[in-house]
Amino acid sequence: MTMLLSAPAIDMPGALASVLGLVAITLVMTVGVAYATWYERKIIARMQLRLGPTRVGPFGLLQPIADMLKLLVKEDLRPATADPIAFELAVFAIFIPSFLAFVAVPFTADWLISPLPLSLLYLLAISGLSFIGFLMAGWGSDNKYALLGGMRAAAQLISYEIPLILAMVGVVMVTASADVYQIILFQDRIPLIVWQPLGFIIFLTASIAEVERPPFDIPTGESEVAGGVFIEYSGIRWSMFQLSSYVNMYVFALLGAFVFLGGWEWPFGRDIGWGYQLLLTVSKMALFIFFYLWIRASFPRMRVDQLMSYAWKVLIPFALLQIFLNGLFIVYDAPGVVLAASSWAAAGGLMYLAFHVVRRGEPRKPLQMISVRATAVAARSAS
Amino acid sequence: MTQVFFYLISAVVIAGALGVVLVRNVVYAALLLIMSLMGVAGIYILLSVEFLALVQVLVYGGAVTVLVLFALMLTRTGELKEKLDGEQKPLAAVAAIALLGTFLAMIMQTAWPRDVNQLTVVPFTDIGDALFNRWAVPFEIASGVLLVALIGAVVIAMQEEGER
Repeated sequence: MTMLLSAPAIDMPGALASVLGLVAITLVMTVGVAYATWYERKIIARMQLRLGPTRVGPFGLLQPIADMLKLLVKEDLRPATADPIAFELAVFAIFIPSFLAFVAVPFTADWLISPLPLSLLYLLAISGLSFIGFLMAGWGSDNKYALLGGMRAAAQLISYEIPLILAMVGVVMVTASADVYQIILFQDRIPLIVWQPLGFIIFLTASIAEVERPPFDIPTGESEVAGGVFIEYSGIRWSMFQLSSYVNMYVFALLGAFVFLGGWEWPFGRDIGWGYQLLLTVSKMALFIFFYLWIRASFPRMRVDQLMSYAWKVLIPFALLQIFLNGLFIVYDAPGVVLAASSWAAAGGLMYLAFHVVRRGEPRKPLQMISVRATAVAARSAS
Repeated sequence: MTQVFFYLISAVVIAGALGVVLVRNVVYAALLLIMSLMGVAGIYILLSVEFLALVQVLVYGGAVTVLVLFALMLTRTGELKEKLDGEQKPLAAVAAIALLGTFLAMIMQTAWPRDVNQLTVVPFTDIGDALFNRWAVPFEIASGVLLVALIGAVVIAMQEEGER
């Protein structure tokens, strides 16, 4: 193969370091996810005037460890009629892409596993791959609820990927780069949320749908599909599903923190040292995660028909509007204020529309009193 | 080392492609198709066209195969009972070999603009420039065709009055 002799040689020590870095992230994330569940239970308990876990350790801090041990020793069941290959491999088809996303995540200015020139596109592409695992699990379980849940998960992931990518296209237009690192550097004085609030809202909504958290937890809805694709899984496999779902949440929270809130760059610049940078990244990520939990505690689950029409009729047109506004801004070389103002106005329009859609229920029946009065008026005028 | 990876990925692509044709379970065939398409993305990465690789993952790994999987999983055919090949097997083989020969001849005959033994890195901004400036009209025509297909799909899927 002379064709490939000139291809860039693969740097073996570098590759080994990348693999080790990814293993380290995987281990840290496993603990991080365990404590994310504790945090989630505590926050939601606070919002619902409960206490949450209190019994195991101080403030229930050892509860995640206990849960983990319980899940690890539980029996790993497989239904007799399940398809063995699809059932067993589905877990990995969801687990691997969610961790692979960390390859392109710049945690601080100096520490990322691999600098990719298209890391934004990479993150979106790799996190969109998990639908294969959902379909494999749904079909492989040989269970109607699992199949329905898998179908719903795949449909939702594919549909909400479009507004997510379109919102990111708007960001790429403004920053003129598809590299998360360059996008962070672009925000050294003003974070992108100021320039692209519409894109930010679309990203936020679509990312909740992508990680399938409430109110977009239709694929796993207990009351409708009884846990969806997870219905036949138990023990270690179930916990791997949960783990990747939380890791996806971390990935999207990090992406939001980097792309819209300025990551480690804003507001202190990059000369503050890696410790503070990491702190800044993690606290912005925590802000997003808190928002996801808050949303979970506040909203009821959407219906499956609302889900699709919301993506296709509301989010995608508005994402295209954002791209159109950015295009005008670039072609006419308008001042940044115009871009920000137009995007804020459009974001206001989106929020009004969303409010309108949510509030529009069944058409109201005319009140009985009015009709009585109307008949009385009619009777009087007739007499 | 790069060569080792090239052969590994090629093996994945070819094994996946053979699996699509030979495996009797249609859902496995679709999953193997995904494996094969992902392998092609890997080859793009080895050729350092990351943009094409990521688009391959997004479009072929995501959107295209999900349609195949949806259709297959909803129909639930399971194992195919009948034979997969028939009387026309030799004809099919001839057609396949002819197609392969055409492609090979095309690759050999084309005068490639740059030295094929050197790796040329195309920045993804160049791809955008070519699509939206130089070849904007064909691009728009293709978009128009896709839009027509999309509207057609909506019309077919739309429920008539009184149906349901």
